[in-house]
Amino acid sequence: MTLMDFSAFIVAQKVQNGELTAVEVLEAALERIKAVDGVPGELDYGELTEEDRQKVHAFITLTADRAYEQARKVDHQVKSGETVGPLAGVPVSIKDIFCVKGTPSTAASRMLANFIAPYTATPVERLEAAGALTLGKVNLDEYTYGSSTESSAFQPSTRNPWDPGRVPGGSSGGSAASVAAGEALLSLGTDTAGSIRQPAAFCGVVGMKPTYGRVSRYGLIAFGSSLDCPGPVARDVRDAALMLSVMAGGDQRDSTAAAIPVPDYLASLEGGVKGMRIGLSPEYMQITIPNPETGEVDIQPLPEEIRRATLHAAEALAKKGAEIVENVPMPNTIYGIPAYFVISRVEAASNLHRFDGVKYGYRTDSDFEDLKEMYRKTRAEGFGLQPKLRILMGMYVSAAQYSEQYYQRALRVRSLIRSDFEAAFDPKGATHLDALLTPTTPTTAFRMVDIYGDTVLMQYADQLTVPANHAGIPGISVPGGLDSDGLPIGIQLLAPDYHETTLFQAGYAFEQATLNADWRKVKPEVLR
Amino acid sequence: MTDEITPELFEHLVDLAAFAFYPTEAEYLRKELNNQLKAIHLLEAVPLDSNIPPASHGVPYTAQIRSGLREDTWEPCDNPDEILAQAPQIEDRYIIVPDIPHTELE
Repeated sequence: MTLMDFSAFIVAQKVQNGELTAVEVLEAALERIKAVDGVPGELDYGELTEEDRQKVHAFITLTADRAYEQARKVDHQVKSGETVGPLAGVPVSIKDIFCVKGTPSTAASRMLANFIAPYTATPVERLEAAGALTLGKVNLDEYTYGSSTESSAFQPSTRNPWDPGRVPGGSSGGSAASVAAGEALLSLGTDTAGSIRQPAAFCGVVGMKPTYGRVSRYGLIAFGSSLDCPGPVARDVRDAALMLSVMAGGDQRDSTAAAIPVPDYLASLEGGVKGMRIGLSPEYMQITIPNPETGEVDIQPLPEEIRRATLHAAEALAKKGAEIVENVPMPNTIYGIPAYFVISRVEAASNLHRFDGVKYGYRTDSDFEDLKEMYRKTRAEGFGLQPKLRILMGMYVSAAQYSEQYYQRALRVRSLIRSDFEAAFDPKGATHLDALLTPTTPTTAFRMVDIYGDTVLMQYADQLTVPANHAGIPGISVPGGLDSDGLPIGIQLLAPDYHETTLFQAGYAFEQATLNADWRKVKPEVLR
Repeated sequence: MTDEITPELFEHLVDLAAFAFYPTEAEYLRKELNNQLKAIHLLEAVPLDSNIPPASHGVPYTAQIRSGLREDTWEPCDNPDEILAQAPQIEDRYIIVPDIPHTELE
């Protein structure tokens, strides 16, 4: 056992009371990174070696100097009796889609490989102000466009610590893997369709997508501006609550950040689930498999082990006093991915037009006649296939002649998806739920390369998480067991707007109820 | 079933998006676009009453959650030259833009 096996909450306490120094913690983190991470992601990486295939590759950029400086500052404050923040000495990793002043902020794209951020994103600024140690930037799908981290321009892409032959999920794959492998105690991710919850499920860690607007997006390189949510990745629910409590709250630099009070998530954590109404929906206990040739979808039962884990979680919560409400109708769940294919692409295309080789980032090395040719060459060379696909689709479905058929229709379907949740959570409604319990993902972690390239199938990996993004509501994924291949299964809880407290309470209650379960004793392969 | 995105339409979109492609890349992208559109067509089966509004965001954006506009005050930037230094081409602290396609008027 090393310091990196403790929770962030415990480490911060030990640093605060002088039992540990922040520098000691940082050194334990760097040692772990050295042991498990392998080479960092880079552009134009050649063939993977056998050793590469056994490592995690969470990081693109290590910022050890920055972290040492922060650690020494924390230690100095502790020594001189000053108050230190709630994350004093806690090593964190940052998804490389956030700007951190003075460090490369690449979005895992060639387009921004040389971009040094001139300012720091609000959530990062708040973590650092709370005493966190910024270890560096972790890998993701290029511009967050994927569910496996394989589309990163920086290879080797991150591998799953539970089985390095499998993907960590995505797009916050580096975040989830770095926490699962104990390289960081916390990680900052983003969730646009499930990009925090799905990799958290695949890597056996806790991941929360807060309510849209709960955490500022200032300094986040935008994908889908109406869907993007920064949020915590942690090893347990208490750590996720601690991290969110530091980051949440209004921000003058993001007008969509909700200027409403942030509850004390830690104080209510142990509130329990007695009397809580937790729903199960048949629409979340099935999976949709698209047929790319016809566009038809097959509805199939959930894989048995995932179904069992979800029902087991319901039983565990019931034993703790929750009332389980079955057959909650969520009829529009099935439209989540098709609507997302439209809405997210329109927003992505709009956001990606700023990358033009003029102000910062990549510019073509080849000759050009004029501005237009420079744009074409720069964008053709700078963007990978996934950003290109999103731009093309976004332009098509929002074009004047097609917008009514696609974009406007998708936005109205989004209203229907939201109305499913409003009905389920309505205090005066038939079910009046406090939370909905679902599996996080339709499968456990899939093998590297198996799905990559099939953009329809890859998108359907988010089918159980994306409705929360359309609706804006908060969701959490917590580890719920292991399948017969020894891979983590994630359990998702969803709650009404700004009710993260409910999710932390229910997640914590489940964690406590399963504390001694055999599956909790199994460690990721890279740590065995 | 004919492809919704024909090679001609694809070329047009590529032009609008200010890209260029290698032929092999184009084939893959066009196939994926068409497959995604097939998935999108599932939305056509959704019965939509005329009273269902489009939702540009999920959570209601009410006056209570808005932080209001900032004071319109001048704030100095502490590193303008660092920002300028990231531009591929600058001259006398101006960002240089290549020639913009244009036609000389008679």
